[in-house]
This record gives sequence, structure tokens and C-alpha cells, in this order.
Amino acid sequence: MLSVLKAIWAVLLHMFRPRVTVQYPEERPHIPPRWRGRIILSRDPDGEERCVACYLCAVACPVDCIALQATEDGHGRRYPEFFRINFSRCIFCGFCEEACPTYAIQLTTDFEMGEYVRQNLVYEKEHLLISGTGKYPGYNFYRVAGLSVKGKDKGQAENEEPPVDLKSLLPGRMESEQ
Amino acid sequence: MSEALRSIIIILSVIGGVMTIAAGLIWVERRLLALWQDRYGPNRVGAFGLLQVLADMIKVLTKEDWIPPFADKSVFFLTPAIIAITTLLTFAVIPFTSTILVADLNIGVLFFLAMSSLGVYSVTLAGWASASKYSLLGGLRAAAQMISYEVFMGLSLMGAVMLAGSFDLRVIVEAQRGLWYVVPQFAGFVIFFIAGVAETHRLPFDLPEAESELVAGYHSEYSGMKFGMFFVGEYIGITLISALITVLFFGGWLGPVLPPVVWFLIKTFFFIGFFILLRAALPRPRYDQLMALGWKVLLPVSLLNLAVTGGIMLAGR
Ligand code: SF4
Ligand code: SF4
Repeated sequence: MLSVLKAIWAVLLHMFRPRVTVQYPEERPHIPPRWRGRIILSRDPDGEERCVACYLCAVACPVDCIALQATEDGHGRRYPEFFRINFSRCIFCGFCEEACPTYAIQLTTDFEMGEYVRQNLVYEKEHLLISGTGKYPGYNFYRVAGLSVKGKDKGQAENEEPPVDLKSLLPGRMESEQ
Repeated sequence: MSEALRSIIIILSVIGGVMTIAAGLIWVERRLLALWQDRYGPNRVGAFGLLQVLADMIKVLTKEDWIPPFADKSVFFLTPAIIAITTLLTFAVIPFTSTILVADLNIGVLFFLAMSSLGVYSVTLAGWASASKYSLLGGLRAAAQMISYEVFMGLSLMGAVMLAGSFDLRVIVEAQRGLWYVVPQFAGFVIFFIAGVAETHRLPFDLPEAESELVAGYHSEYSGMKFGMFFVGEYIGITLISALITVLFFGGWLGPVLPPVVWFLIKTFFFIGFFILLRAALPRPRYDQLMALGWKVLLPVSLLNLAVTGGIMLAGR
């Protein structure tokens, strides 16, 4: 019986506690930089599309919401003819970003994607492709690091680039690299 | 002003007032619950979110009003009205002040008890007529809970009735001029309050609804305004029990300086707030715990209270 009264009293005292509610449109919530929001396709530092239309993201996607068609340009470089993400099905799991070998597909901190028409949630390549490099400024998939041979390590010869740090996606790395 | 016109005005304003309070409680409850849970509650629609009431009303009125094909149609249709009508009718005998009351019934307390017994039918039959197992379980619980808590709800009032020597609610208030009955009848007050919570099947005694076990209990199958009627009936019930506590134990409209009706409203709203605080604070007991509390604790205590009150009154003769 006493515990019941104590519980009522404790709850009553919550009247004077600060509110935890974030008054969203006026007050912005804190969004961590690794937030998994609206998906973009990025370009490499030379301004070319990073995506090589390997379909790995589409395969990794647990809800099958990525559709694309591979094609080749005049130099034989692969790129997606169309690239479509149905955001009404996307669960923002980030698997596509993890699967991508070229850092092309990336999740961003934007989450305000509300639409009145469901069809508008289907994003085409023109909506997805951005002009910049996204989270990985210097990375270019086509840069060659070469092989290490006697007297020369990877990326030390002419026209070679130092190898990409494969573990740069692991937590705690991004800050140290910048 | 003729007597008839005066009565009609009082009746209309009581109905209007009670319905407004019942509707407003939707907002009050949500804001108060939020207050005690470190949130804000609805604060977007209109000033302080007050127009939320309107928005909720539009919503509930425009929802599809669906009657399941397997339901017992006529009973299903009637039950939501019963709870709203019985609780509203009881307001006829509540004296808001010595002059503002609809019917000066000399058996007001009994009338209230009769109406609340009728209200049980609403919930029980709603569970039965829905012909779904969750509703039926809710209805069964409602029947057991409300009937057993009614027993000592009546008994707990008798102390106040004995002290005042009348079943007339107005006389009971007048008899509290010197001392509110909450002092000599504290046990009666506590028991009446607990029974009142059970009678309106509010949390923590919302076992007929128990959304964590029974979907929504007796009104699982109800939608649209039929569900709205249960909702309104529940809020009128809260207002009613709070008003009765005020009348029976806290001296009704009696109080210094402020006009009587203001005192009545202040006291009533205090208890409405307490109802909501209970909801915010307490978990729902198990069904057998509820029954055990009722029959093994509250009933003996209310009988004891009655015997002691009677004994003291006899000794004081
Ligand atoms: S975030 Fe997950 S669900 Fe969304 S597109 Fe990528 S893999 Fe598919
Ligand atoms: S976005 Fe990445 S994973 Fe998907 S097809 Fe393009 S290169 Fe492959």
C-alpha cells in the first residue's frame, strides 16, 4: 500500500522535471554523422560516376528495392543505364553502402523525405546522383596501386597511387583520416 | 421566470457542461499524462493544443462505423448508448450548488447506485454482442469486476448517509457545513474512490480493456462513434465519480469567498486530475489480485467502517 502511494508521489514530482521532447520542426534533433538516411550516388574526384553497375548493392539489399541496368561507355567503362531506388520499401539498413566496392552508393544524414504521392518515393538516377564525392573525398576506384615487387612497394611506381585503406569504414577511422 | 423554463435551462446547461467537460478531458488527460511523463502532449493544434479536442472529434465522427457480420447487431448497436445515458442520467441528482440541480431526489444516492449497476450491462453486453473472444473475455471481467466492486461501493457510501441521516445528496452536503465527511469517513472515502476507479474501469483497474492482453477488451470490435460513445461514457464516468466524491466527502459547493459553483468545479477537477495521476503512476494488477483486494480487504473494511460509524453514532445519542 505504501509503495503505491510512493509511486504516485514520485510520478507527481515528474511535473517539475525538464521535458525530454524535442520540438521537432522548430528544434532540430541531433543527427549523428553516421546516420543512415536518404541514399545518394557519388562521383569520383574527376567528376565521373563512381558506380560500375556491379549489382552488388541490389543483391545485398534485403528488401530488393534497388533496380539498375548496366551498360558501357565508349571506353568500355561500365556505368548504370538507369539506377532506381524505391524508398517506400527501403529500410535504410545500409547494406548497399557496405556492399559497394567503389564507395558509389552512400547513405546521408537527410531523413526528411515525406511525400504526398507514393510514386514520388521512387528515386531515379537523376535524383540520386550528386556532383560531389560524398563521404570519401579522395577516393577513385580506377586509381591503380599496382603490385609490390622486389624493391618497390604497392603504389610507388610511376602512374601508381598508394593503396586505399580497406579498413577506413571501420568505426573511429574517419576522424583520424581527416 | 417560470419554474419550468428554469428547469429546462438547468437541464440543458448541465448536459452541455458535462459533455463539454467529457470532450475536454480528452485533451486534459493527454496533457496531464504527458506532464507526468516528462513530455508535452498535444500542443500543436490551436493554442496549447486545445483544438485537439475538435480534431479528435472530427476524426472519430468520420471514421468508418463498422459492425462485424458475426455480431449480435441490435445489442451491439445499443450498448454504447447505455453507458453514456446511465452516466449522464446520474448527473440529474448531483447538486452543483444548493439551487443548481436538476432533480432534488430524496433517494439520490440510491439513484446513482442503480444507474451505475445499469452501466455494467453496457460493458458486459458489448463484450457479449461482439462475438469475439477478446471482447467476451473483457466483458466477463467487466461483469465480475464491476458487480463485486459495486457491493462495497454502496456500503462505503452508507457511512456518509448515516451521518447525514438522508439519501438526499443536497442534505448530505448541507450536513457537512461544520466538518467535511472525509474526516469522520476517511475509510469510506478511500474505499469509494477505489471502487469508483474500478467502476469506471479506469487504469489501474482497466482489466476489461487491458490492451496488453485483450487487444482492447470489450470494445475491440467497435469503431467510429460507437467506440467514441464508450470513450465519452468513460470520461463522463470519471467526472461523475469525482463530482460524487466532492458531494459526499468534500462538502460539495461549500467553501469560503468564491461562488459555490466554482468551489464545486475546483474540487471536482482536483479528483479528475487524481484519476489521471493514478493512470500515469500505477500498473494494472492481475485479475485475481483485483478480486482478492475487493472481497478480502475492501469489503471487510467497509463493513467494519459501517459498524464503527454506527456504534459511535449510537454511543453519541
Ligand atoms: S539501405 Fe538497405 S534497404 Fe535501403 S537500398 Fe540500401 S540495402 Fe536496400
Ligand atoms: S552502387 Fe556500388 S554496388 Fe551498386 S551497382 Fe554501383 S558500384 Fe555496384
